[in-house]
Amino acid sequence: MMIQEQKGEFEPNIIGFLCNWCSYAGADLAGTSRIQYPPNIRIIKVMCSGRVNPMFVVNALQQGADGVLIGGCHPGDCHYQSGNYLARRRMAVLKVLLEQLGIEPDRVKMTWVSAAEGKKFAQVIEEVTRDIKKLGPMKKIRRDNEW
Amino acid sequence: MKIGVYICECGSNIAGTVDTEKVAQSAEPLPKVAVSRVYRYACSEPGQNLITQDIEELGLDRVIVAACSPSMHEPTFRALLREKGLNPYLLEMVNIREQCSWVHSDKDQATDKAISLLTSAILRNTLMKPLTPKKVGVINKALVIGGGIAGIQSALDLAEVGYQTYLVEKTPSIGGKMAQLDKTFPTLDCSACILSPKMVDVGRHPNITLLANSEVIEVDGYVGNFNVKIRKKATYVDPVKCTLCDECVPVCPVIVHDEYNADLSPRRAIYIPFPQAVPATYIIDEEACLGIDPLICAKCRDVCGPDAIDFDMKPEIIEEEFGAIIVATGYEPYPIENIGEYGYGTIHNVISGLEFERIISASGPTDGVVRRPSDGKVPKTVVFIHCAGSRDPAKHLPYCSKVCCMYSTKHALQYRHLVHDGTAVNFYIDIRTAGKDFEEFYQRAAEEDGVIYIKGKVSELIEDGDQVLVRGVNTLTSETVEMHADLVVLATGLIPSEGTRQIAKMLKLPVDSTGFIREAHPKLKPVDTVISGVFLAGTASGPKDIPETVSHASGAASRASTILAQKELEIEATIANVNEILCRGCGMCVDSCPYSAIELVAKNSFGHTIKVASVNEALCKGCGTCSATCLNGAINHLGYTDSQILAQIQALGGK
Repeated sequence: MMIQEQKGEFEPNIIGFLCNWCSYAGADLAGTSRIQYPPNIRIIKVMCSGRVNPMFVVNALQQGADGVLIGGCHPGDCHYQSGNYLARRRMAVLKVLLEQLGIEPDRVKMTWVSAAEGKKFAQVIEEVTRDIKKLGPMKKIRRDNEW
Repeated sequence: MKIGVYICECGSNIAGTVDTEKVAQSAEPLPKVAVSRVYRYACSEPGQNLITQDIEELGLDRVIVAACSPSMHEPTFRALLREKGLNPYLLEMVNIREQCSWVHSDKDQATDKAISLLTSAILRNTLMKPLTPKKVGVINKALVIGGGIAGIQSALDLAEVGYQTYLVEKTPSIGGKMAQLDKTFPTLDCSACILSPKMVDVGRHPNITLLANSEVIEVDGYVGNFNVKIRKKATYVDPVKCTLCDECVPVCPVIVHDEYNADLSPRRAIYIPFPQAVPATYIIDEEACLGIDPLICAKCRDVCGPDAIDFDMKPEIIEEEFGAIIVATGYEPYPIENIGEYGYGTIHNVISGLEFERIISASGPTDGVVRRPSDGKVPKTVVFIHCAGSRDPAKHLPYCSKVCCMYSTKHALQYRHLVHDGTAVNFYIDIRTAGKDFEEFYQRAAEEDGVIYIKGKVSELIEDGDQVLVRGVNTLTSETVEMHADLVVLATGLIPSEGTRQIAKMLKLPVDSTGFIREAHPKLKPVDTVISGVFLAGTASGPKDIPETVSHASGAASRASTILAQKELEIEATIANVNEILCRGCGMCVDSCPYSAIELVAKNSFGHTIKVASVNEALCKGCGTCSATCLNGAINHLGYTDSQILAQIQALGGK
């Protein structure tokens, strides 16, 4: 990454899947409140955290992400009633699989941020960035893209 | 395919932290990009004209705007595309303000991030297919659940506009909690006098079908087309034949508590809920009556002149279709038995606010003379405890129920009007009088009518002879207060009624932490729910006073008519879509769908019958959970397809 070259220190690349109704809106609130957080996160909007296929997470780790964040509505608050519960179960299973592949399961984090929690969103990004920095660059299953 | 890319500077909001020129240049070499420009305010009229001009001159068919959050201006630019004859779904917003320039300060890093977000959006956009929202017909009939003042108001408004409206009420009469009130604050209007005309209007209105003693038992369908099953319980009295002569009541041998009088007086098993009840008919309480299977007693039938009583009446199931539903299922008082330190139920002279309301009511159990229920004496000192079980996050309700300060003030004032030598003492945490003329009403009670207010919480009530020892603290003087009261009235808060909880579950409406139904947006959509076509009226969504409930209910009626007035409705286009060739009919998507929008259907495939998933497009809300569940990739989320998301991942992760 370009960020990495500039600072010399390892700057992870983190892909975040945020649900439209809670976490994405929470990220917007962090913006309108001008709360600063590390720029390492790159956001993909989905309608519901239940849309996140574990394959997306694996794919992200393959294609250059050092960590993946999935953000949904708080348990019980899902805009689509139960999508976040399915997402949570899928990520729990995926983490076991990642471990078996020798990939640190902590590279994948699931979080709940509501539309009113701009501050929490920024804190979560701080935390995730710090944690992935500690884990270092993702090397296994990395695919070399040329484009 | 020709894509136009527009980077908005948003004054210095974006340009201050992001090198917009560099971002624009980064898009130029990408495939399909015909033009990439920077503009100061893309959403302004000249900004929009610039895009329009490019669409006309360069023949753009897709547009990408890197600017603020899509929640701000996606509708603006979608409308622009629609106006120019392009499919609005071919617009892509890139959020480089809320999620980039406003949250980062390092210009290089922010520019980098903006470039990768833009690249990902362009890749995603090239894979976007034009989407057309489907249209469904609308049934121009409304259902209002709950016949309190909220439901009455909504039903009357809708009926006046001209829509056929069904009003379903669980109890034998409409009127709700308001019918039990004696007077209303701050005007001291007689509650029954202002409510009864509305109730009569409901009964008479040609556009309203009133189903009292009935419950909604099943709701199916979607906006514009709800299928509803209603169970109409048997009343055992034919309302058409009943002449309200009251001959049946004195002969009835069964005596039970009268719920209208908060159980403070008796009634018979055959009864009229209250004199102004609508529908105006006697009914039989089937739990208490001795005549219903097996027939042990038929005294009322024997004396009934018009022969209106029928012990063999059976409940009916009514099935109807509606275009919109208004939930007006209301509240109930917080169960004060829960507040152990106040001893309700064990200390004789501790009663609830609703009980006191009936006691001071002219039509109440004591005919308007203030007598305490324990021994019938007129109490000379009455203590009103505000916030009984409210604003107490540790043990009881965390929230303020909004009306208790006012109704306790009203009670104290009414008591002083009825018992001139009596003392009324109000213990309060804060006096909340946020309403028109509320503060004046409180001032009047304190200054003109001599109601005593003590700021502080009562910690304990102890029975002392035929009095109650009230122990508390005056927080303004920091002194402990001990006084004897003849009667203590607990001002309890409001909680969602059992009906509200049931209907929320049945309609799958999300509730907030207090159990009240959640609005689609607490500020800007206060009567909408997240389920389109379902609206909220009154206290089902939280504590409200009467004027607020009435305006809320009218709001709900108005919102419902925006649906009922349509011939057909457009439904969201970003929904699930099945590739029948890939589908193997396993049914995992069926299980994962929170809206039961997917079912397996038999399909003829080259002479064989196979099962494939089929999406009901009107029910699908477009969450995409099914798509993430499908093992074969056979079900896709239009607008958020696997290939689009994978392309975004590639752009964001790529070196």
